[in-house]
Amino acid sequence: MNRTDAILEAVALERRFDVSAPWLNRVIERKPRQTLRAVDGVDFQIRRGQTLAIVGESGCGKSTIAKLVTGLYEPSGGAIQFHGDPNRMQMIFQDPYASLNPRWRVGRIIAEPLRTLRPETSAVDLGARVDELLRTVGLSPSDASKYPHAFSGGQRQRISIARALAGDPEFLVCDEPTSALDVSVQAQVLNLMKQLQRDFGLTYLFISHDLSVVRHMADEIAVMYLGRIVEIQPKADLFERPLHPYTRMLLETIPDLKVPNRDRKPMGGEVPSPIAPPKGCSFHPRCPLAFDRCMSERPVRNADVHQGRVACFAAEETRK
Amino acid sequence: MTDTVLEVRDLRVEFPTRTGILTALDGVSLSIQRGEILGVVGESGAGKSMTGLAILGLLEPPGRIAGGEIWLSGDRIDTLSEREMENVRGGRIGAIFQDPLTSLNPLFRVGDQLVETIRLHTDLGKEQARARALELLREVGIPAPENRIDAYPHQFSGGMRQRVVIALALCAEPELIVADEPTTALDVSIQAQITALLRQLCRERGTAVMLVTHDMGVIAETADRVAVMYAGRIAEMGTVEDVVRRPRHPYTEGLMGSIPSMHGDVAELQMIPGSMPRLDAIPQGCAFNPRCAHAGTRCRTEVPRINGTGAACWLALEGATE
Repeated sequence: MNRTDAILEAVALERRFDVSAPWLNRVIERKPRQTLRAVDGVDFQIRRGQTLAIVGESGCGKSTIAKLVTGLYEPSGGAIQFHGDPNRMQMIFQDPYASLNPRWRVGRIIAEPLRTLRPETSAVDLGARVDELLRTVGLSPSDASKYPHAFSGGQRQRISIARALAGDPEFLVCDEPTSALDVSVQAQVLNLMKQLQRDFGLTYLFISHDLSVVRHMADEIAVMYLGRIVEIQPKADLFERPLHPYTRMLLETIPDLKVPNRDRKPMGGEVPSPIAPPKGCSFHPRCPLAFDRCMSERPVRNADVHQGRVACFAAEETRK
Repeated sequence: MTDTVLEVRDLRVEFPTRTGILTALDGVSLSIQRGEILGVVGESGAGKSMTGLAILGLLEPPGRIAGGEIWLSGDRIDTLSEREMENVRGGRIGAIFQDPLTSLNPLFRVGDQLVETIRLHTDLGKEQARARALELLREVGIPAPENRIDAYPHQFSGGMRQRVVIALALCAEPELIVADEPTTALDVSIQAQITALLRQLCRERGTAVMLVTHDMGVIAETADRVAVMYAGRIAEMGTVEDVVRRPRHPYTEGLMGSIPSMHGDVAELQMIPGSMPRLDAIPQGCAFNPRCAHAGTRCRTEVPRINGTGAACWLALEGATE
């Protein structure tokens, strides 16, 4: 990837949280300080006009990355370089019931970013822009005078999208934008997001736990496990030839409508606590391919191995 | 003895409100055999959870069963008193809900909760009940149960907690288990473990399972037959194979098309225009007709009904008789 193509780069990005017991308990019970490494040395780049999806199970750190990228958290280490206009970055959240102010009319909600970013805009222009945005996301201009409670989950998510589009963004961070929606409504919202990306040349950082949604939306996919990216590949390659055993496990456990696997042997074990992750490769206790090295050493993505797409010693053994 | 464990006939559930009576379930009929998993699938507000709650006798007032019958292995249970129903619930019918944290009492050790339920529904003494609790925990796949039985719910992970809830539902060897979104709060890899466990229990013990979920993928991999619900009615009923591969109701077809596929890419997902009607605005005739591309005159006036298997759709019904 040419460096100038990238709109956003994360370099050795880290975020730690102090999850120690209160001071008095630590003194009395002689407990040490504890830190949780939610994001533990993550590198990625997002190309302009493309979609990078981050997938993983709960607690893998994907939402923390969304908050780091949007500046809601400060990184504890590493850096994020944004090569765009910081005023043109917006976010769409998971829960359309919590992310809209119930006491504000929809028109005011959508106009808010404009009012903040371009306070000189006149009331007439503001109203016209809100009407236009409502039409863009498939709602009607008359909806501007209603309150959020009058809308269904899918319509609320359209309002969130209209608000995100208000400031004419180039980069959108979407944290599980359709997880709270029914499948038929999810299809409407995903189609809308793809169309907006084409029309306005948007770049998406798309966070999801659902690999089939990610498959539909992404150009490139990063798979996270316990705060680290274990694999990052263009979409087609990832589904064609997953390199990390964890990715293969995820792909195998997704129920498949076309070819249901009714006698599957489910993958044993669970994601370990991120407070005390296993030594070496954090996936080794669940990995069928793990050998001695995986238990003591931490694998990193190495440019010589599968073009730096995977952090796995077993994949290094079979390198081509 | 018949092999039909649950039979629901023409069930109607209503909620009287100040502005009129809302019909939450309208003419729902279904049956489940011994050792069978019936999937009940639908989007929010379709009435799938309501069906489960009505069977368990857990409708929140003012909701009430306004018509129809519910039979459990030859006994009518919808007319039982609250006290009699308490014995059926937990005894003959086990329940598993979405959030394992709310189904378990956080203040009691899981072993004590199991022992209490076992003693409530069987004649076992304290020691025997504890031995039985251990056996159940082992059966649902909790490693080293003798070390875990005296732990509190918060000391278990989400997946392990859901296993405890399943053990709790199995305490009195129920004939039927109603599982309402049992895997929705869990990660995919854990979800696969729990559905595999449900299938195994169903096969080994012959328990009938009603699996309520919004997730077609879970249905495809777990259920034997499936009922697709829409606006309080059953839109389509059939074997999983038939409904998933050859959906006959336009709603089921649209639902299938809107799920992003793991095979091949499409530029756009199929969409069903509009959204499910609210309970106070269910259209005349087929509830799906305003969103249906094929709707005709009869669809707008007369409610299509199915008896047993098939699609509640005038196109499918009329096609079948021609």
